[in-house]
Amino acid sequence: MDMPGALLYKQNIGDRRYRKQEVQAYCFPAIRGGVCPVSSEQDLFIRAERLRYRYTLENGVVEALSGIDLEIGRGEYVAVIGPNGSGKTTLLKHFNALLKPSAGTVIVSGLSTADEENFPAIRRQCGMIFQNPDNQLVATTVEEDIAFGLENLALPSRVIRDRVCEVMRALNLSGLEQHPPHLLSGGEKQRVAIAGVLAMRPQCLLMDEPTAMLDPAGQREVLEAARKLNSDQGINLIHVTHFPEEAALAGRVLVMDQGQVVRDGPPVEVLTDISLLHRLGLQSTVSAELAFLLRQGGMLLPAEILHDWELSEALCAFALKI
Amino acid sequence: MNRSITLGHFIPGRSLLHRLDPRFKLLALLNILITFFLLETHLGMAVLLLLLLLLVYIVRVPFGYLLRGLRPIFYIALFTLVIHIFYEKGGVVLLRLGPVTVESAGISEGLFVVARLFGLVLATLLVTLTSTPLSLAQGLEYFIKPFQLIRLPVAEVTMIMTIALRFIPTVMEESQRLMRAQIARGADFESGSLFRKAHNLTPLIVPLFVSAFRRADELALAMEARGFCIGARRTRLHERKATLCDWAALFFSAALLAGIMVKGL
Repeated sequence: MDMPGALLYKQNIGDRRYRKQEVQAYCFPAIRGGVCPVSSEQDLFIRAERLRYRYTLENGVVEALSGIDLEIGRGEYVAVIGPNGSGKTTLLKHFNALLKPSAGTVIVSGLSTADEENFPAIRRQCGMIFQNPDNQLVATTVEEDIAFGLENLALPSRVIRDRVCEVMRALNLSGLEQHPPHLLSGGEKQRVAIAGVLAMRPQCLLMDEPTAMLDPAGQREVLEAARKLNSDQGINLIHVTHFPEEAALAGRVLVMDQGQVVRDGPPVEVLTDISLLHRLGLQSTVSAELAFLLRQGGMLLPAEILHDWELSEALCAFALKI
Repeated sequence: MNRSITLGHFIPGRSLLHRLDPRFKLLALLNILITFFLLETHLGMAVLLLLLLLLVYIVRVPFGYLLRGLRPIFYIALFTLVIHIFYEKGGVVLLRLGPVTVESAGISEGLFVVARLFGLVLATLLVTLTSTPLSLAQGLEYFIKPFQLIRLPVAEVTMIMTIALRFIPTVMEESQRLMRAQIARGADFESGSLFRKAHNLTPLIVPLFVSAFRRADELALAMEARGFCIGARRTRLHERKATLCDWAALFFSAALLAGIMVKGL
């Protein structure tokens, strides 16, 4: 792996704002673990350098993020898992400039999140979907809500109408234009929230446990809509989740614990590291867990089993061998 | 969940009044209200009331809705009528009960005032029945816009109204859910004196407020994430354009007002 700090420094050499930070990064290159799939600097979308975040409570200072180094490329689908309080949501909020780093830097698409001037541009590129579908819909009708972000961009109303229409079609919401949000199902509410973000034509969708409060049908609905955006339009997905089955669908999985990224790699590597997951009180997918138990029981199964179909194939192959 | 929560009196529909721009509707309403106050003759009152009834017919409001809207003023109207009957003197003496008399002027004046009262409420009802609370709020925003000059945060006030309208059903649902949860644990909201009942509501009110604050917090975050910025210029999905109908309605109501003033009806 080359030194991305040095490269980025060269690339942004004309841009004074980042110079100091990048020089520091160059002089003290961060030690990074795990994989780093970003091949060229052009493809880099989000970059966190020695990111720390602290906040003060009555009984002292809490460090929610303690030194995170991370690079996320354009179009990547990243799942973030970790125990409660490990800093997943805090990390996500940094990518949207909702939180400012206490130390270190976060650069989204070449823009530092520490600079307030960049906020509109960053928020336009990184949309955020929250866990509770009820608390993120602002307007009294579906179409007004989808238009909310565009209204904030002060676009002409003709453009807003076109885009609202377009995303409603893309997310199968047509016909619900005049619906009040409180009469929608959970899955529909979350899709409206995604539509509202999508209308702003973002590069990245930050999802903070968007399926946690939904029924299984709603979960599928939302997940499929999001994955389609990733595969069809190359929109980045950064998906914080508690469900290993959801994480297994991503292209890359980050495991967080106590404010640090402790594991970073493709799901087939990370989610099959059962001992690590169990140590953190996490679970892998049902199939991976079952395969783990079977292996422990003496069955010779491959270690890379993650999905149901993989397990069934492996079991069939095993049965044929006997 | 409770899907029957309705706000205001709005009845969905496609009638002429439904389609009018709320700004023009409010202006026309103002004209009509002033007209009611300027009316002097019974003939004028009858004509205006008939016009309103014609509108009621056009809008096709269910009669029950109208009665429900008019019910609150029924007792006020009765009270006014009685006062007028006994205190207004003039004309033919119709009834004499010792020192108290009922005279014809009293009855005619009393009926006139009651008709005016009903007319005022009926006209207002026609507007609230045919416009969503949101469109009324946006209509009002237009009229308070000049106050921006004296640094009144007009856009923010409208945003607050919109959000309130959006969350009233959500919070009502939640209060019902909380109520059921508390009843399941043996809470009693029904029996006891008024004071006792109010006291028993505490386990409902406290969690409702706590959750409302949490909601507000999350919503603020979500709004910020979608680029909302206080004081920034915003545009609208639906820019309202006044149609010929809107102008016609305004013109007609203004003509009515002018006619009454000139003719002295």
